[in-house]
Amino acid sequence: MEIRPILASLRKHRIPAILIVLEIALACAVLCNAVFMISKRVSDIHLPNAIDEQGLVAVTLRGTDDKLVGSDLPRNLAALLGIAGVKQVAVTSSLPLSQNNWGWSFGSSPDSVISDKKNINVSLYFVGAGADQALGLHLLQGRFFNADEFADSKFDTAPLPETHVVVVTQRTAERFWPGQSALGKTLYSMPHYYSVVGVVEDVLRPNINTQNTDKSYEDVFFPMSAAGSKGALGFYLLRGAPQDRDRIMRDAEQKLAELNPAAIAKGTTYLGIRAKYFADMSSMAWMLVLVCAVMLAVTAFGIVGLTSFWVGQRRRQIGIRRAVGATRGHILQYFQTENFLLTSAGVLLGMGLAFGINLYLMQHYEMDRMPWYYLPCGALALWLLGQASVFGPAQKAASVPPVVATRGIG
Amino acid sequence: MFAYYLDLALRSLKRNRTLTALMVLAIAVGIGASMTTLTVMHLLSGDPLPGRSAHIYYPQVDASPAGYAKGGPLDVLDYHSAVDLWTAHRADRQALLANSDVKVQAPGSTLPPLMLPMLATTSDFFAMFDVPFQYGSAWTAEDAASRARVAVISSSLNDRLFGGANSVGKTVRLKDSDVRIVGVLQKWRPSPRFYDVRGGRFAQGQTSSFYDKPQDVFVPFFSALEINDGNFWQFTCWGAVSTPGHLQDAPCAWVALWVQLDSAAKATDYRSFMTHYAQEQKQLGRFANTQTRMPSLMQWLDLNHVVPSDVRLQTWLAFAFLAICLFNTVGLLLAKFLRRSNEIGVRRALGASRGAVFAQCLVEAGMVGLVGGIGGWLLTLLGLWLVRQQPVEYADFAHLDLGMFGLTFVLAIAASLLAGVLPALRASRVAPGLQLKTL
Repeated sequence: MEIRPILASLRKHRIPAILIVLEIALACAVLCNAVFMISKRVSDIHLPNAIDEQGLVAVTLRGTDDKLVGSDLPRNLAALLGIAGVKQVAVTSSLPLSQNNWGWSFGSSPDSVISDKKNINVSLYFVGAGADQALGLHLLQGRFFNADEFADSKFDTAPLPETHVVVVTQRTAERFWPGQSALGKTLYSMPHYYSVVGVVEDVLRPNINTQNTDKSYEDVFFPMSAAGSKGALGFYLLRGAPQDRDRIMRDAEQKLAELNPAAIAKGTTYLGIRAKYFADMSSMAWMLVLVCAVMLAVTAFGIVGLTSFWVGQRRRQIGIRRAVGATRGHILQYFQTENFLLTSAGVLLGMGLAFGINLYLMQHYEMDRMPWYYLPCGALALWLLGQASVFGPAQKAASVPPVVATRGIG
Repeated sequence: MFAYYLDLALRSLKRNRTLTALMVLAIAVGIGASMTTLTVMHLLSGDPLPGRSAHIYYPQVDASPAGYAKGGPLDVLDYHSAVDLWTAHRADRQALLANSDVKVQAPGSTLPPLMLPMLATTSDFFAMFDVPFQYGSAWTAEDAASRARVAVISSSLNDRLFGGANSVGKTVRLKDSDVRIVGVLQKWRPSPRFYDVRGGRFAQGQTSSFYDKPQDVFVPFFSALEINDGNFWQFTCWGAVSTPGHLQDAPCAWVALWVQLDSAAKATDYRSFMTHYAQEQKQLGRFANTQTRMPSLMQWLDLNHVVPSDVRLQTWLAFAFLAICLFNTVGLLLAKFLRRSNEIGVRRALGASRGAVFAQCLVEAGMVGLVGGIGGWLLTLLGLWLVRQQPVEYADFAHLDLGMFGLTFVLAIAASLLAGVLPALRASRVAPGLQLKTL
């Protein structure tokens, strides 16, 4: 295909050509960044979490009398175990993505104190007996807590439990002791120290850091007895088959409310907790999808409109070309090539713009660097869009009969 | 002349309906998107206390160990500093604030107990922040001094417990205490919930929780600490807490102080008072840092980046989108005007000036803008409805006020006129002779 005549004709229609190029450039820049934002949110929403999310139900019990919790807890758990379809029950202080965070920072040397800058902040989960099974934790090394460790652990006057054992996630182990086995190592925060007895697969924190998701798995588990928990064990966990979870949730909420009339029981499935945590993010992602779709549609309409206008203007010229032997295919090709050239110019400009916008967003909106492959993908999308939208007007052009050439006005 | 141009414009718009529809659609969609996000921005970034916010300040001193607080003093005060500054009574008005959830029951009601957010505060809170009352009033100084069991409740809690009737004098049970209601608020929905803004620096732009509804229960500060002991939330702690939720003697930051200082001189005085206090506390060995800060209300909101970054991003996106729509409209208008080269040539040959052709084309562009504005207004209403369906704290704010309604049309017409300038210039340059020849 000869492109020189196309360029010559574009030079005659400089303004509309520039407009199309600018429109495509802007669309390309916004599209690349928007799709990048969408993909970042989608990957955050699907962050892996090594617990049994499908079958897990949680009921919070608030407003109980802390002095009676030692006897209330076992009674409540026994009653929950009686619900049909419940395989395992336990209590915990918090859950991944529940926003209920208790953080502390530890060091790996014996003189570490809380305000040490070298310390690493982790989220603490205090769990009652059976919580590993109720949560569906996956043990990678060592063991979970034994009955004695559960019975002996309690809160005294410190915000950290009176125990000497801890189970850490894989990511926590790597952060504190890179390249070494964590088993038998010790976490310090003067005057407390805890030996690692087990390592579990990565469980998310109650609050995650969306800018640095690596840190979202730095948490540890401590055993806790019911009586010594000072009311910290507020989440009742129930595990059953996924298809039973909604019924189990309602039954558990009702049962806990009956047994503790002065308290407030509120149940949810674990999937509900997860959906709530990411609700903002997923609505933003949908908004971006909507904007991208409408933006592409507007761009396509623009191309259709302008090309139709060009076709209308050049009816006579097209007729002459047809009369001197150009096939319909040639005419079709002419408009498609023309659009390809315009889109290419737009895309080239757009890539630079996309990169610039990304830099700006990185500075002002804590955004990551956009991977390079977004640019060719955006380019491809706009090429396809351009070809698709030019197809209709081009076909109209190709159907101009050669006889038009002999008429007066085009 | 204008009426004639209007008539011409209408005829011309009717002639090529597809092209006209495309232009109107492009303007409408662009305006709809940008006005939706602009309205949300406008509602979230306004002054929550117009007229008085300049006199409201947020004093900050720091009792944490050296190296603990990063980037200025901690966002809230420890109990001792807060109470010290408050008891000094150096401000025109001042209020202490602390948050907790409290169990609420209406005696004699069959409603199950509720867990509701409670604000422990001092009585100046209501006057200082212009909080409207529906029934009753704030508690008195004697109530506060005697640590009376009294409370002010929100209108929504009053609706839930008492069906909206005047409940002043009635009793509610907060945790284990019977508390007498002295006041019921009118619907009060500050945007953001400015008095509780803190920690925005650490929120990575996820600050929509700043737009949450006000608390349902307001109780005199020291009474509240007794009533709901053990349930208070720390902002942060740098040492052991012997009883969780009981933070009076704990090494924790958890109490906010707001002051009203009616003149610049008073603000200067207050700053030196704080500096003096911090130095004194350092000499006593209680403070490691003498850094202080006292931003005004709006400065404090700025420091905390209150407008969620998602909202700011959406606004940028919407304006990029509007730009795309405008490029599109420029192209289509150009096509439309040049298609009429013949007609314009005739008019020019009959004596119409370039200016007249230019004006006529702009009128036509303005018409497109007006119709696009109507479409944009409808799409803005749809967009705001969509925002209201979102699971975010500020969803219930999303309404179009009169100013924004007006702005929709101003923006639509301005955008279309801007888009029309280039094509109109081009059209007014059509040479009369050339066009006539082909007729």
